[in-house]
Amino acid sequence: MGAEQINVSIWRGGEEGAYQAYQVPRLESQTVLDVVTYIQRELDPSLSYRFACRVGVCGSCAMTVNGKARWTCRTHVSRVAVNGSLTLNPLRNLPVVKDLVVDMEVFFDKWEKALGSFVGDKTRDEALAAVSPSEPKRKEASAGIECIGCGICYATCDVVDWNKDYLGPAAMNRSWTLINDERDVARLPRLAAISGDDGCLGCHSQQGCVERCPKSLNPTGAIAGLKRESMKAVLKGEIT
Amino acid sequence: MSHAHRNHPTYWAFLIHRISGLGLAAFLPLHLYVLGLVLAESSAFADFISWSNTPVLKALETGLVVFLAAHLTGGLRLLALEFLDWRSWQKTLVAASAGISLCTGLVFLLNAY
Amino acid sequence: MTTSSLRTETYLWLAQRISAMVLAVCVVVHLATMIVAVQGGLSAEEIIARVGGNKLWLVFYLVFVVSVSVHAPIGLKTILREMTSLPTRRIELLVTVFALLVLVLGVRAAFGLYGLGVS
Repeated sequence: MGAEQINVSIWRGGEEGAYQAYQVPRLESQTVLDVVTYIQRELDPSLSYRFACRVGVCGSCAMTVNGKARWTCRTHVSRVAVNGSLTLNPLRNLPVVKDLVVDMEVFFDKWEKALGSFVGDKTRDEALAAVSPSEPKRKEASAGIECIGCGICYATCDVVDWNKDYLGPAAMNRSWTLINDERDVARLPRLAAISGDDGCLGCHSQQGCVERCPKSLNPTGAIAGLKRESMKAVLKGEIT
Repeated sequence: MSHAHRNHPTYWAFLIHRISGLGLAAFLPLHLYVLGLVLAESSAFADFISWSNTPVLKALETGLVVFLAAHLTGGLRLLALEFLDWRSWQKTLVAASAGISLCTGLVFLLNAY
Repeated sequence: MTTSSLRTETYLWLAQRISAMVLAVCVVVHLATMIVAVQGGLSAEEIIARVGGNKLWLVFYLVFVVSVSVHAPIGLKTILREMTSLPTRRIELLVTVFALLVLVLGVRAAFGLYGLGVS
């Protein structure tokens, strides 16, 4: 009995390059990560790619599979192969280092630019903040905090593609969670950071981010919230 | 690389909104110019209007009506999305918007005959 | 990216959304009117008879024209910025010219039609 084969076409090179074809034996319950790992270990050790946990919690294995950004460790070949074929590319919208590996620096730079980290003013000697999980703002925040920074939303967003300075869905989703965190004290600087055409106003609600987020987060909803808060702050003269 | 990442309803809605907006913006100066012909000494305005009463022109006008209705309904969906709280039935709004636009175009077309 | 301030960008965004709300009303009225008017074919006489000398229609169309000359150029600005590599100043010039064109042609047409009914 001959084993069924999958035809895999993988991007090799940097920004310039070409597709290289491989044939991989098809196995039951095979994930795309299994396929890439097989290629690198058995067929072509020069292939570069990223993975770490291989169980869907770290986000390192994010890449473009048949045109859509996915975590390869959580993508079954049976779900995405078209006529027994797969085409693999690195994530969109990020500089290609080599083959399937991208440089995530800009992604995290924009996270910082959007003031995507908590700023508090309490010390260990003070009482803990009592935040009820059922408070509306806490629910808003909680809805977005599971982001692990995998870059799939950023890679999917066309506005990121069209505007190099656009902060992107992940950075603004994180900022939204912090705006709704009552313990945070940097609300106005953060609103200033995510406002304007390079910030929340650039979002066209295409919702590719919502479609593709493996954690089912809603960056479009978060950005819509930022639009409202930013607009109010500008109208009140709180930010300029 | 393929554009498979664009193959979902809310992206189509964006595309339709942008294309209809561009189409309407391109049409608008022409439309206003024709209406302004009413100021001309000649019968230019009346001539244009009667010239437009042909099946081809009516079909094009129907297209414009669909564009306008699509841009309106899509725009209302966006206003709701941006100014009101998030609803989980966003995609239903897209479908409703598409449906209403096409119906409006159809009503126009039917009335043109 | 550009020298335009956060305030300007937000006000333009707001102007587009607010003009959109005004246009929503205008467009519903306009579509309904067109559907009625197109019955039996359009005619110049019908249009002039409806708008001519009618202050209500004049005001309606003026509001319509002003709103669209705010709304459309801002939308075009976004499209030009995202889809072309034109410099920002050039884009701002182009859309301003477009805005003025629509405004002038529109106000002219509105008064033109209105004027034909005033004897």
